[in-house]
Amino acid sequence: MVLGSALDILTQAGTPRIVFNDLPLGNPAGKPFDTAMQLRSVDAALALFYAAEEGGALETLPHRWSEQDDWRRNFMEVRPDNQAQLLSLGDENRRQRLENKRLGLFRP
Amino acid sequence: MNIEYIQRTRDYYRAQGFERDYRWANNNAIPFSRPQKPLGDARLAIITTAVVEPQIPKPTRSAKSYPLDEIPEHFDTSELSWDKTTTHTNDRESYFPIQALTSRVEDGSLGSLAPRFHFVPTEYSQRHTLTQDAPLIATHCLEDAVDLAILIPI
Repeated sequence: MVLGSALDILTQAGTPRIVFNDLPLGNPAGKPFDTAMQLRSVDAALALFYAAEEGGALETLPHRWSEQDDWRRNFMEVRPDNQAQLLSLGDENRRQRLENKRLGLFRP
Repeated sequence: MNIEYIQRTRDYYRAQGFERDYRWANNNAIPFSRPQKPLGDARLAIITTAVVEPQIPKPTRSAKSYPLDEIPEHFDTSELSWDKTTTHTNDRESYFPIQALTSRVEDGSLGSLAPRFHFVPTEYSQRHTLTQDAPLIATHCLEDAVDLAILIPI
């Protein structure tokens, strides 16, 4: 069972049971400090263990992050004005990978 | 409209100058089994991608199990990929809902929690996940007589 927020990734991976919280990545069990939402998420997961009839069972929770959907743009946003910054992030990432290799920081 | 994370990841790393797209796990055969015990008798294991030991360098992190009474007050999430613009991870319950689960044990609707929880790294390499991390966690779950396992990835 996975309780998560990236539905396309979970579906493609072949997850047996998915409880989907359509929230920003980071809070798969519910909004921070919203204990009622978190408990509903947990209850939905516990219930789906038993309600699922076959692999790929999906329960979509009715939770919303906010009235507006602006937040959906934020994660990994590519804009004309951040292209240079992203390229430089990529350069740093590639440099770090080489450095890790040199230092023997990798898994066999 | 759900966010298309696979496409978004592709666009983001192309914009960073990477030429080969990441290939997300893609399985057509979905494993499935029914619980053998009713919920009130079942034992549940929690699996998280939140980091317990940030001092271990990210490229060398592998799956590891920890006693349930050693849950960190705050896990390290700084090196994980989540929406840092919109939200935060200052409330552990929002990604590791141990209080919510414990309350269901206390009211009798859930049998028990496993004596260990499990960390699985968000790995670039599916080989590491499939041949090292997942089998280790599965072994530990069997040792702990776990009936149900829930992965809550950040």
